[in-house]
Amino acid sequence: MEPSLARYIWTHTKKQQLWILMIVVLSMIPYFMSFDLPKLIVNGPIQGKGFEQPGATQPFMRLHYNLPFIGEVQFFSGFQLDRKETLLALSLVFLLLVIINGLFKLYINTYKGRLGERMLRRIRFDLIDRVLRFPPLYFKRVKSAEVATMVKDEVEPLGGFIGDAFLQPVLLGGQALTAMLFIMVQNFWLGMIAVVIVAIQIVLIPRMRRRLIVLGRQRQLTARALSGRVGEIVDGIGAVHVHDTSNYERADIAARLGLIFKIRFDLYQWKFMVKFLNNFLAQLTPFLFYMVGGYLVIQGRLDVGQLVAVIGAYKDLPGPMKELIDWDQDRQDVQVKYQQVVEQFTVEGLIAPTIGAVTIDDPAPMTSPLAAINLSIADDGGAMLLNRISLQIKPGETVALVSTATGGAEALAEAFARLNRPDSGRVASGADDLLELPEAVTGRRMSYASSDVFLFQASLRDNLLYGLKHAPLTTVPYDGAAADQHRWNIDEARRSGNPDLDIHSDWINYASAGATGPHDLFEAVRRVLDAVVLSRDILDLGLRSSADLTRHTELARRIVELRAALRTRLEHEGLSGLVVAFEPGAYNKEATIGQNLLFGAAAGPELADKALAANPYFASILRQAGLDHTLYEMGMEIAEQAIELFADLPPDHQFFQQLAFMSAEEIPAYETLLQRLKNRPHEAVSENDRAMIVALSFAYIEPRHRFGLLSDELMSKIVAARNRFYENLPPELQNAIERYDPAKYIAAATVMDNVLFGRVGTNHPDAPDRIRSIVYDILDELGLYAELLDVGLDFNVGSGGRRLTGGQRQKLDVARALLKRPDFLILNRPLSALDQRVQDKVLRNVLEEARRDGHSPAIVCVVTNPAMAMMFDRVVVFDSGQLVEDGTHETLLAGNGIFKELLS
Amino acid sequence: MLLKDEVGMLQRVPLFSGIEPTKLKLLAFTSDRVSYSAGQILFRQGDEGDAAYVILSGRADILVDSDSGPIKVAELVPNSIVGEIAILCNSSRTATVRAASPLEALRIRKDHFLRLMREFPEMTIEILRVLADRLSHTTADLIDARSAK
Repeated sequence: MEPSLARYIWTHTKKQQLWILMIVVLSMIPYFMSFDLPKLIVNGPIQGKGFEQPGATQPFMRLHYNLPFIGEVQFFSGFQLDRKETLLALSLVFLLLVIINGLFKLYINTYKGRLGERMLRRIRFDLIDRVLRFPPLYFKRVKSAEVATMVKDEVEPLGGFIGDAFLQPVLLGGQALTAMLFIMVQNFWLGMIAVVIVAIQIVLIPRMRRRLIVLGRQRQLTARALSGRVGEIVDGIGAVHVHDTSNYERADIAARLGLIFKIRFDLYQWKFMVKFLNNFLAQLTPFLFYMVGGYLVIQGRLDVGQLVAVIGAYKDLPGPMKELIDWDQDRQDVQVKYQQVVEQFTVEGLIAPTIGAVTIDDPAPMTSPLAAINLSIADDGGAMLLNRISLQIKPGETVALVSTATGGAEALAEAFARLNRPDSGRVASGADDLLELPEAVTGRRMSYASSDVFLFQASLRDNLLYGLKHAPLTTVPYDGAAADQHRWNIDEARRSGNPDLDIHSDWINYASAGATGPHDLFEAVRRVLDAVVLSRDILDLGLRSSADLTRHTELARRIVELRAALRTRLEHEGLSGLVVAFEPGAYNKEATIGQNLLFGAAAGPELADKALAANPYFASILRQAGLDHTLYEMGMEIAEQAIELFADLPPDHQFFQQLAFMSAEEIPAYETLLQRLKNRPHEAVSENDRAMIVALSFAYIEPRHRFGLLSDELMSKIVAARNRFYENLPPELQNAIERYDPAKYIAAATVMDNVLFGRVGTNHPDAPDRIRSIVYDILDELGLYAELLDVGLDFNVGSGGRRLTGGQRQKLDVARALLKRPDFLILNRPLSALDQRVQDKVLRNVLEEARRDGHSPAIVCVVTNPAMAMMFDRVVVFDSGQLVEDGTHETLLAGNGIFKELLS
Repeated sequence: MLLKDEVGMLQRVPLFSGIEPTKLKLLAFTSDRVSYSAGQILFRQGDEGDAAYVILSGRADILVDSDSGPIKVAELVPNSIVGEIAILCNSSRTATVRAASPLEALRIRKDHFLRLMREFPEMTIEILRVLADRLSHTTADLIDARSAK
């Protein structure tokens, strides 16, 4: 990148800078005119100069010039105005100039603001573009949070400066010079006083600010290191807790913050010191003006109008001067920041832009063999991982790479995936160096999965299809306001040197997954998920999540059919007792009292969990139904029982999982509440306390908790209250609840709850499992299996995929690699988080799936266990960075080499 | 059957008879009430032992696999406990238990059971006493059986 900020700015904004300069010069004319005007007003109409005779008039707006050779030329003789009219006219001119100056300022500020923002966008994009082109090894040395803070925070001030880079010195310098010149014209000596003070400012202040720049640089580096450390703590939070090092981290952060504080405080002290001096010097001048100027007026060598004009003009001098000095400070500051960022982003061996160029059309299949030729790879410390390996992988062949602990097979797999650069020798595809092929070829015709999986914080679906998003394949039609916005987007992107690729286009390369479009892509997705044995997990996720009804309409449309099918099936298998269905007119014993009262799913915070008992409308319903008293008594009883049972247990005791009514932390609060409320009549209890107690009853399920609190009378009262609740539901609560309706899908509830439309009995220990498998069967029979899988694919995997297990992440990575049906599939200990049996099963499926429909990709797999090599055509054995054996499974087994040793 | 009735039932189980009622109540509360219809299997021989069962009502058969199919070796009646050995010894189930009539039972999870034992030594001592008692009976039976040969 361009090391000099000024040149970087000039190269990209030449034209704009010149234009704005021109505008600024133009704005000087009214600016200067507004200086002269007060003098004219004071001396002319106010003091009466030229209006000595009553009724005298003066020409206004007379245009006449003294041209060389021609002499005096008069273009316009002007209007003749008397004293008052002249005062009015000149004041109006003053107002006009104020407006013109203001408009110029507005235009200039807007223009340079936009200029700065565009440049900021350009710089940020350039930086990210470089991150995308860094050589893979570089990432072993940088902390992601530091890169992020450089791109986001450290270049931010550049945006503000860029608009001012060339403009500010011209504008402010011009203003200062104008003011200075004006003072000089009025009175030479007063002018000289201003010049001397300004000269002191110009010399002294930047000198004092040198230290500020040093401190500023330190501040930047320490802040960057801080964000690096914060990122590390977040990423490594597991290790922190496991090793009880949270206090070590606290100490480290406190020390860093202390250092940052010291630097920043130093900075403030200096800054205000400099400011004080600067202000003092600026105020010194008017003091001299009043004294010297006043003396001159008294002596009659200067008229009062002139002195007022000089002082007026001087008011405009310290401002620009101060800003000019500030600008210089900013310039140095920003230049330092820019340099520091650019240094970090200037890396040897940047990947050439052509490698990652946008390629719409799919490249031809890779038909030549993949080869390592005399390949040596060393790690960061210089130890040899691979030592002069030569190996050829023919298209269509399946190869197991078996490696001893120091074998180096992983490095070879990484080299094939271009994640590790050769120190000598090369990797080649036929005659081409693999490293010189564009990513459009290697990223589409080859795929790679390893044990070290990275998932983006997005849905499972997005992560799975990520490997297909190479280029924008469709042109999205926009119309109306969206079209304008789109045009604007493209326009602005180009002005800032950003690409205008449309993120809303369909990026998914269906063809490479063997599909023709969105409608049949799902088949391919399902096959790869089945192959890596992930479908079941995703179905479970689907059952446990609530479906997005705009996308999964089929599920909602056929919900009645589904529920009926489940009932029939349960009856058929004699399992009707497992599920107690929700019926609008009946109490469901397996559901909580709260659920029975509401008989719906809370869709907003108003009626959810704890808020329910305190909701005024709900409380009024309980009162009307005569339940407030009963439920209060019940809550008291539950509180007593719960405290009796649990009060002695430590708060982290696992038994608290069984206590649905309150959390361990709430026990002491309820204990005191109970003491206070005991024997107090219901009426004397405050609303809040009552709600707290009543809320306990909402979680009660008779068959589970067995306190014997539910009677037939109470149940029928609850059902009556339920109906009353819905009859008069106020409009503001209409959207807070979705009533259970046997004929309707409940959007706020999970898919499982929707299909069940009831509660699973608590007294059948294996009921949940049996029901789940029945639900899967039914979904499959009704052809809704795919729909459910699709719901599961909406699951957000969390930051770095951490909401999935390690095994699930690895399976997903393999599925993603399989999905694009590559010519070369490189697997690098892909399923190491799974146990051996599952690994074998998945690998077998993967080999089969990769070769489905007559495909015959070459598969190279670094196996975690030598026994897995049996599944491959060819076995290559590595030991100490050397290729030691190469042959079929049988021949190697027949020999007496390392492979046989590893197997035994 | 309510929690307090279950406590009464538990008190009649020799293993728990010496334990304070409040502890028994906690044990009952944290256990699952399960019901089986006749013929349903509570657990199978060879399964991992994850819970003990106290029979509240109904009957169950204890079956042991043999070459000629399962043989019934004992019958469980209300107030008896089954499966406690497997959760104490981390061993697999030594027999299959099948409901012989509609059956209600209290399922005490292994981790809950062990946790209670850790937390309330008086309960552990009581259980030890019962087990030692059983052992001495078994030893006496063994001596009888040996001397009868």
